[in-house]
Amino acid sequence: MQKNRAIRWTVCFAALIILSAVFFLLEIAGGTTDISFSDVLRALTDGSDTAAHTIVAEIRLPRAIAAALLGGALSVSGFLLQTFFANPIAGPYVLGISSGAKLTVALAMMITMQHNILLSSAEMIGSAFFGSLLSMAAILLLSGKVKNMSQLIIAGVMIGYICSSVTELAVTFADDANIVNLHNWSMGSFSGISMDNIPVITVTVLLAASASFFLSKPMGAFQLGESYAQNLGVDIRRLKLAMILISSVLSACVTAFAGPVSFVGVAVPHLIKNLFGTARPLIVIPASFIGGAVFCLACDLVARTLFAPVELSISTITAVFGAPVVVAAMLSRRTQKRGA
Amino acid sequence: MGNTVLKAESLAVGYGKKIVVDGLEIEVRPGEVLTIIGPNGAGKTTILKSISAQLPAISGSITVGSSDLADMSLRDISKTMAVCFTGRTDLERMTCEDVVSSGRYPYTGRLGLLSEEDKRIVRQAMELTGISALCDTDVNCISDGQRQTVMLARAVAQQPRVLILDEPSSFLDINNKLRLLSLLRELAKSRSIAVVQTLHELDLAQRFSDKILCVKDNKAQRIGAPEEIFCGDYISRLYGISYGTFLPGFGVAEAQKPEGQPQVFVIGGGGSGISTYRRLQRQGIPFAAGVLHENDVEYPVAKSLAAVLITEKAFEPISEESMARAREIMKKCSEVICCIEVFGSMNKGNRKLLEEYNISHLEQKKEPEIL
Repeated sequence: MQKNRAIRWTVCFAALIILSAVFFLLEIAGGTTDISFSDVLRALTDGSDTAAHTIVAEIRLPRAIAAALLGGALSVSGFLLQTFFANPIAGPYVLGISSGAKLTVALAMMITMQHNILLSSAEMIGSAFFGSLLSMAAILLLSGKVKNMSQLIIAGVMIGYICSSVTELAVTFADDANIVNLHNWSMGSFSGISMDNIPVITVTVLLAASASFFLSKPMGAFQLGESYAQNLGVDIRRLKLAMILISSVLSACVTAFAGPVSFVGVAVPHLIKNLFGTARPLIVIPASFIGGAVFCLACDLVARTLFAPVELSISTITAVFGAPVVVAAMLSRRTQKRGA
Repeated sequence: MGNTVLKAESLAVGYGKKIVVDGLEIEVRPGEVLTIIGPNGAGKTTILKSISAQLPAISGSITVGSSDLADMSLRDISKTMAVCFTGRTDLERMTCEDVVSSGRYPYTGRLGLLSEEDKRIVRQAMELTGISALCDTDVNCISDGQRQTVMLARAVAQQPRVLILDEPSSFLDINNKLRLLSLLRELAKSRSIAVVQTLHELDLAQRFSDKILCVKDNKAQRIGAPEEIFCGDYISRLYGISYGTFLPGFGVAEAQKPEGQPQVFVIGGGGSGISTYRRLQRQGIPFAAGVLHENDVEYPVAKSLAAVLITEKAFEPISEESMARAREIMKKCSEVICCIEVFGSMNKGNRKLLEEYNISHLEQKKEPEIL
């Protein structure tokens, strides 16, 4: 069985990596202008100023990289929150953390636009991180009061609504010029990302994701319950703080550049746990990262191509595929409890 | 044999500044089982939390081996002490082996990967506790008894010197209770582990402990061998038992005795009357019992349930005096139940009582029979 498990994990990892490569290429090749794979390669390798090159290198490539990295970030962020709250349907979107980030980013953007300043990538992440932490603080305060996992989720959804309505309010009174920008972004989309954003996104996401990977040992102990983890020598306070900060950074990064993207954080870890047959963080964290990349690349591809040239918001697609998985996660948990 | 592995001196435990239990003096040697008993809310679990370093002590000291618990690193503590709690945590997608493997946490590296040696220890812990067959089973799909054993195996894999368990036998059926507690004893002996546990089942505490610590009213009241604790009316006072009578010799309680004038006279002895006493108690009928020798096995039961009990000194034939008292009570009873089938020389008196009753009873009954 030990061996079977190792084989299963290897096969699943290989499949995920292949899938992510496939969708990455499709994401670059597909779209309103069809570009063949060989053209893509040529466009990328020679630096000539053809239309294909512009489309590929300046629009589609950053978009694909962002979809992959941010998808991975969302999934890992979700898994961290699920472990933190011992609740399989926790995630940055359902707990209102994405919406908190959305609110502060929108406010920051509006204020700076009035003074004709453009926020840098790092500043965007910073303001989103601030908003994430605000929502997170609210959720943590409430989580001390609610013992039941559905109540926690309802509280999170409510926080999300409050943040969203404040954002809408702010957008209503924003300058006309800003609205188009803000509106697109606040619906969730990978379209606004340029090559300039990519270095910051890459560094932030990869650092935070690897930090979470190195938390997988104490997180594994934490899954047994706080008392057991403490008995095993886990510094609970430090671990909890680390999980909160890392998940906030990851979801802040997503919201800063792509707006709130729904359900990926819950759906992907759930699918990964099912696929790999384990909840061991050492496996689930890297697998969720790749899985999230695949999921978001695929969803973005659908969002771009389904009704091309009209582009759907990414959340429209992730919700269609993600929400049923969230329901499934909730139900599977209930039957498990009843069976035990 | 061996030195003290866990020692608490003038220890006070509690939450924040609020003392829950004060004046704890504990000494446990390797291989010993210490059981903490006391009424609900007395602070038994709080004591466990403090000695397992989950809750800082308010005052006093806890020494593990030769070092003070307060000075030990988290990792050192986790290598010396393992805990087992009853509270069910929801474990998602974990096999029993995964759970047991988590006991190796303090011994593994940065990523928690198990070495061959770790795997061997995990296998051994599962064999020792008899759950090897459950290896690949999901922990959510096993019975409470098995689950409790898995948690115990997990603690064993941690290779502790002190094993701390909070009500390990709760929610288990009687055979699983016996199995688990026997297993604990064996582990304590074979691996020189000091076991500290709380139990609600007094009968089991009496049978499976080397030492018992009694806690009540924010105080550690008494610590000693089971025979020192289960004597006289101590347990009865410890729990403030008012809805029945505790029989310290058996470690169990009898329900409240029916009050009032005895309506039935029971002739018992040698354990034969016990079920009748209990039946009458259930039906709420006050009864008298006799004549019982003071060393009779059913004497404690009769004493706690009978409204009137006529006794005789141990190993003595039933005296005329006792017989006379029995006759008097019998006259007032509307029925006599004899549970004895074979009389011997020591309870000749009871046979005589029965015969006398039968004769008088038959005479009384003659008339209605003719009618």
